[in-house]
Amino acid sequence: MLEIKNLTVNYGAICALRGVSLEVKQGDIVTLIGANGAGKTTTLRAVSGLLKAQSGEVLYQGRNITNLPAHQIVKLGMSHVPEGRMVFANLTVLENLMMGAYLQKDKTVIQQEMDYVFGIFPRLKERLKQVAGTLSGGEQQMLAIGRALMSKPKFLMLDEPSLGIAPLLVKTIFEKIVEINQQQGISILLVEQNANLALEISRYGYVLETGRIILQDECAALRQNPQVKSAYLGGM
Amino acid sequence: MTEFLQQLINGLSLGAIYALIALGYTMVYGVLRFINFAHSDIFMIGAFAGYYLSKHFPRESMGGGLIVLAGAMIICALLGIIIERLAYRPLRDRSKLNVLITAIGMSLLLENAGQFFFGANPKAFPVLFPVMTIKLGAVVLSSNQMAVFIVTIVVLVGLRFIVMRTKIGTAMRAVSFNPVAASLVGINNDIVISFTFGLGSALAAAGGILYSLNYQAIDPLMGILPGMKAFVAAVLGGIGNIPGAALGGLLLGVIETFFNGSRWSTYTDAIAFTLLILILLFRPAGLLGKAQVEKV
Repeated sequence: MLEIKNLTVNYGAICALRGVSLEVKQGDIVTLIGANGAGKTTTLRAVSGLLKAQSGEVLYQGRNITNLPAHQIVKLGMSHVPEGRMVFANLTVLENLMMGAYLQKDKTVIQQEMDYVFGIFPRLKERLKQVAGTLSGGEQQMLAIGRALMSKPKFLMLDEPSLGIAPLLVKTIFEKIVEINQQQGISILLVEQNANLALEISRYGYVLETGRIILQDECAALRQNPQVKSAYLGGM
Repeated sequence: MTEFLQQLINGLSLGAIYALIALGYTMVYGVLRFINFAHSDIFMIGAFAGYYLSKHFPRESMGGGLIVLAGAMIICALLGIIIERLAYRPLRDRSKLNVLITAIGMSLLLENAGQFFFGANPKAFPVLFPVMTIKLGAVVLSSNQMAVFIVTIVVLVGLRFIVMRTKIGTAMRAVSFNPVAASLVGINNDIVISFTFGLGSALAAAGGILYSLNYQAIDPLMGILPGMKAFVAAVLGGIGNIPGAALGGLLLGVIETFFNGSRWSTYTDAIAFTLLILILLFRPAGLLGKAQVEKV
C-alpha cells in the first residue's frame, strides 16, 4: 500500500528525517512511535505532500508520489488527519464534512459516506449545524477523522489522535480507529505519543528517534522489548 | 429633517461604493493575509473599461448600461487573476513583506501604465443608465444613486450566497481559516485564491463604474483616494470579515458626507484616516472582527 524508502527531510539547516524507510501493507494498522521531535509528524507531512522531501521515495500503491502537492495526493485515496485536528473552526460540522468530500462529485456517494461517519460518530450528527470551533477537543477529533473519511480513503494517516482529549474519549476514538480498519479495510498509519495505546491496536510498529528508525517489529514483540519498555512504556 | 435624509442618502450611496471596494481588500486578506494595494487601481481600470466599452453600446439605456457594467467586471476579474498569478503567486512562500512591496509596485505600474495608455487628462464619463430623478417627498434620488443602491444590494446578496451557500465559497472560508487543512481535504488553494481575486476585482470594477457615474470624470490616478478610504472601511469593519467590510464602507460614506455638509468640510478627507487611527487604538480587530483565539 505505502512504502517509504530512505526519506530525508530538512527544515532549513536542520535535518528532521535522516533516511526513514517503512512500509504499510494493505489492510494493516502500522504505528510510528517516538519521543517529541523524533520526526513522526514530519514523516506524515512529507508523505501527504505538506513538506518537500530532500531525497528518498514515497511509493503509494506502486506509484511514486514523492513531492506531489497535497491536494493531488488526496485524489489518490490517501487521507491525513493532521496533528492538532485542524478542523475548520469557522465552518459548521456539516460544512466541515462536506469539505472532506470536496473532490467527490457524486451526491449519493457523499450521502453514503456521511451516513457511515454518523454511524461511527453519532455525536457529530447531533451537532451538525454547530460551528466546529465550539466543539470539545474530543468532538473535534471525531470531526477531523470524519472529515478525512468523507473522501472515501483507502489509506488513512492519523497524527496524535489522543492529544488533548479526555481519557474516556481517547478509548472510544481508538476503538473507532480499529473499527474503521476492520469494517472498511482502510489501511492505517498511526503516529502516537501514547505508545501503550498505539502498540495495543496496531499490528506492526516502528520506533523513531532523532530522525531515524531505530527499531521495528510486530507490536506484540515491541511491547516486550526492554528498550521500548524503558523508553516509551513507562519503565517496568 | 429633509436635509438630514438627503445627506443620509448621499452618504449611503458613497458608502456603498466604498463597501464594494472594501470587500475586495477584505476577501483577499481573508485568504492570503496580505493587503493588495493594487486593488484601488483595479477600481480605476474598471472605470476605464466602462468608458471604452460604453463607446460600443447604447448610452442612457438600461440594457447598454448593464452590459457595460458586466463587461467591465469580467475584464477586471481576469486582470485580478492575472496579477495574482504573475506577481503574487511566485512570492507565496516568501515573507509577507515581499508580497506587500510587490503589491505597491503593481499599484504604481497600473497607475503609470494607465497614464501611458489612457492619457493623464481626465475624461468625461458617459451617462450609462437612463436619466431620471425619483422624488420621495422632498428627498431627491438621482438615477445614478439608484443604480448604486440596486447594484450594491444585488452584489452583496449574490456575494453572501456565493460565500455561504456554494462549494467554492465554503472552500474560500476553509482556505481562509487554515490553508494546510484545506489542501489535506483536496482543495487546490491556488484555484480558490484565483477565484477570490477574480471576485474581489469584479466588485472593484462595479465600484469604479458606479463612482464614475456619480463623479463624471475619470483619470488614471482616480483610484488612490477612494482605494485608501475603502481600505480604512475594511479595517473599520474588521479586516477579513465580509459583512464588516460592507458595514465599514457604508458607515464611512455616511460619516464623510455629514462631515462634508458641516462647516468642517475642508477636513473631509482627513476624517477617514482619523477614524483609522482611532479604530487601531481602541478596537484593532474592527467593529465586527473578533480577536483571534486559538483553541487547544
